[in-house]
Amino acid sequence: MPILEGQGVTKYFGGLAAVSNVDFHVEQGEILGLIGPNGAGKTTLFGLISAAHVPNRGVIKFKGENIAGLKPYQICRRGLARTFQSVKIFPNMPVINNVVLGAHFGSPMSVKSKQAAQEAARLLDFVGLSEMAAEPARDLTLANQKLLEVARALATKPEVLLLDEIMAGLNQTEIAQAMELVTKMRAQGITIVMVEHVMKAIMSICDRIIVLHHGEKIAEGTPQEIVRSETVIKVYLGE
Amino acid sequence: MLVTILDIVIAGLLLGGLYAVIAMGLSLQYGVARVLNIAHGEFIMLGGLTTWALRAAFGINPLWGLVVCGPAAFILGFFLHRTLYKRLMVTSGSPGVFEGNSMLASFGLLFIIQNLALIGWRSDIKGYSYLAFPVNIGGALFGANRLVTLGFALLIGIAFYIFLARTRMGKAIRAAAQDPATAGLMGVNISFVLALCFGLGAAMAACAGMLISMSYPVYTAMGMEYTVIAIIVVVLGGLGSIPGSFIGGFILGLIGSLVTYFDSALALVAYYVIFTFLLLLKPTGLMGK
Amino acid sequence: MNRLPLVSRNSLIQGTILLVGLVILATLPFYGSIYATILLSTVFMYIVLTLSWAIFSGPTGQISLATAAFFGIGIYVAATLGKQLPLLVVILTGGLAAAAMAWLVGSLTLRLKGVYFTIFTFGLLELMKYLLLWFEVTFTGTRGRFVVVVDHSTIYYTMLTIVVLTLLTAYLLRRSKFGLALQAIGEQEEAAEHIGINVTLLKVSTFAISALFVGAAGAIMATRWTYVDPYIAFNMNYSFTPVLMAIFGGLGQLGGPVLGAVIFAYLEQILITKFPYYYMLLFGIVMVISVVYLPSGLAGLIQQWRSRAMGGKYAHS
Repeated sequence: MPILEGQGVTKYFGGLAAVSNVDFHVEQGEILGLIGPNGAGKTTLFGLISAAHVPNRGVIKFKGENIAGLKPYQICRRGLARTFQSVKIFPNMPVINNVVLGAHFGSPMSVKSKQAAQEAARLLDFVGLSEMAAEPARDLTLANQKLLEVARALATKPEVLLLDEIMAGLNQTEIAQAMELVTKMRAQGITIVMVEHVMKAIMSICDRIIVLHHGEKIAEGTPQEIVRSETVIKVYLGE
Repeated sequence: MLVTILDIVIAGLLLGGLYAVIAMGLSLQYGVARVLNIAHGEFIMLGGLTTWALRAAFGINPLWGLVVCGPAAFILGFFLHRTLYKRLMVTSGSPGVFEGNSMLASFGLLFIIQNLALIGWRSDIKGYSYLAFPVNIGGALFGANRLVTLGFALLIGIAFYIFLARTRMGKAIRAAAQDPATAGLMGVNISFVLALCFGLGAAMAACAGMLISMSYPVYTAMGMEYTVIAIIVVVLGGLGSIPGSFIGGFILGLIGSLVTYFDSALALVAYYVIFTFLLLLKPTGLMGK
Repeated sequence: MNRLPLVSRNSLIQGTILLVGLVILATLPFYGSIYATILLSTVFMYIVLTLSWAIFSGPTGQISLATAAFFGIGIYVAATLGKQLPLLVVILTGGLAAAAMAWLVGSLTLRLKGVYFTIFTFGLLELMKYLLLWFEVTFTGTRGRFVVVVDHSTIYYTMLTIVVLTLLTAYLLRRSKFGLALQAIGEQEEAAEHIGINVTLLKVSTFAISALFVGAAGAIMATRWTYVDPYIAFNMNYSFTPVLMAIFGGLGQLGGPVLGAVIFAYLEQILITKFPYYYMLLFGIVMVISVVYLPSGLAGLIQQWRSRAMGGKYAHS
């Protein structure tokens, strides 16, 4: 059974279909890429999975459970976390507190303060932000803020992690580090779905890729298949 | 029966015209400049009391109040935006913070304006009689002054509509209301437009004050009630929609007239109940974005 | 949030000062004048209103103007039940009634975007006032009621207790994970929801807790006015004043709202009889200056001076 799946997922904003009749499935332990031109509906799909939005039609299931009616905090506590395209860290509190919050509230059981603090420190170390633990989060560079979002998401102990363009705006070194981080996370057993425009990253670390265009799924397959797909080439070059 | 309905409807329109002008001013300030001006009613009060004062001191026809109060309020509003609110725009971290801060600043302004007026004019109720003779419409009697008020309300509304739709500055204002950033890139002097809108809003408030003074008593504490009504109308019409405020004003006026017919004590309660339901069920109002 | 060492010399000094202050205040009715007792009761009242407001609106950034509504509920509970039930019960009921109203209102409207919420809380006050007026006119035939009289010392001690409880609650909340979560909600609500924080529950609960103390304060302070009616009980002043006091005092520290409340409550007492308009004018001017130039309020300013004077760094959350 796929750990995350959706059938016929549709979402309208005003009169426009942001996501239209999309079927998808994610197997446990895999890294799934979600690509498509801007406005294709990728972030909206993430929003539907994280319960930020409610689909107009279709069903989404996480670990076999229909998520309809659940709120984002409930989805998180069940083991699904996400990062945001426009980084949404808590700017005015120290870096470590951003992560502490995730540790405290992200798990269904109550967590003691000391435990949460230790977990936060460990995760900052994992992403490489230990030195900046006491800095206000707003003072971080964009790349580091993205890492912070990942650490915060990891603090909620997710089984599935949705990464929304974590490589946007990063330089080559930072992209390589991010790719390594994603691989490390998968090695720990986390299933990852990533929206990305950085093709190099998508092609090299994803097991499978889904392509969206104008809200519809137009292709699905391994990176090799996608690269050769005529539909996809037309969409990317024809825009 | 028909006379009664006509009575209620016309009374509603008369009230509505006033509400429409009051609300349009606030809508301009909130819809474009994004300032929820709690002190809006104080500009209304200033318009009303200045008109009264001019009449009491010089015997001037209150309609001249439009010519005096309007521009004066405009300058005051323009100046206030350029100094106070523009500064807040710079220091506030995000639009949300700015909305909160500008509302709080307007709070402060409310106290400043109202108490300056209290120091100058004391708190007693003032009024004057102008065009107070009754006019017979379809069997019911209405004061000529209130009809004149409706006339001016429509005039102001139409004039403003034409201004927004046809003139270059009007288009700039609409662009700024939609998307300030892009409008700025297109060459619109955003800073100037925002201050202009704020000033225009203040001017409308002052004119409304003058119109009110023709038919109703005026006093320094009168502002708050009108601010509340303006807010209700703006929400009813849709925050950010100026035509919405115009129509919303008439709708609320009609409702007020209807409720008053049954139980005048319930009019304000009715307004608030509508307001509550609006916020809970359709906060974007009739025509809001 | 957690600073090392946990019990520093600094907090020991602060704690001692607080304790000494508390003892002084607790014994005041014995050596102080009646005027002082009454004045301090009023100051305590403003501290409770301001601090309660700051407990919710401070971290979340959602400006509530419902303080006067909760205060009014407390007043009306005292007016209605004061003669039949013992004082303690009346005060508790006042607090609980206000908290219940806050829970109800909060559940319905806290999801409203910033300005809408503020406008709604403002409308709530007016709605309650006019509803009660209409109710009294239509059903009971009278306007207003008489409140049972209570002596000054009792009022003083009750208010002192409420102040201490409010301060304690504010302090504990701030240091807890919920306080941190509230701050997160204020800074980035969508992200807060996505890391497992039940935003609605937390906001509504905090809102209700803040109303609890305001309602209780209303119930006891009502005994000062021998006669109350909806206009007296639901007075916009009690919504605006705490906001000014909190902003002027500064929302970054716990002491900010207290400082603002003390300063302005005292100012009000001095000026309100002889120069009411000048007092309110000053109010407005300070409000504007605070919003524009004092983003962290007076307490924040003092904090800045202190750290500059000491030359060191204070870890700022």
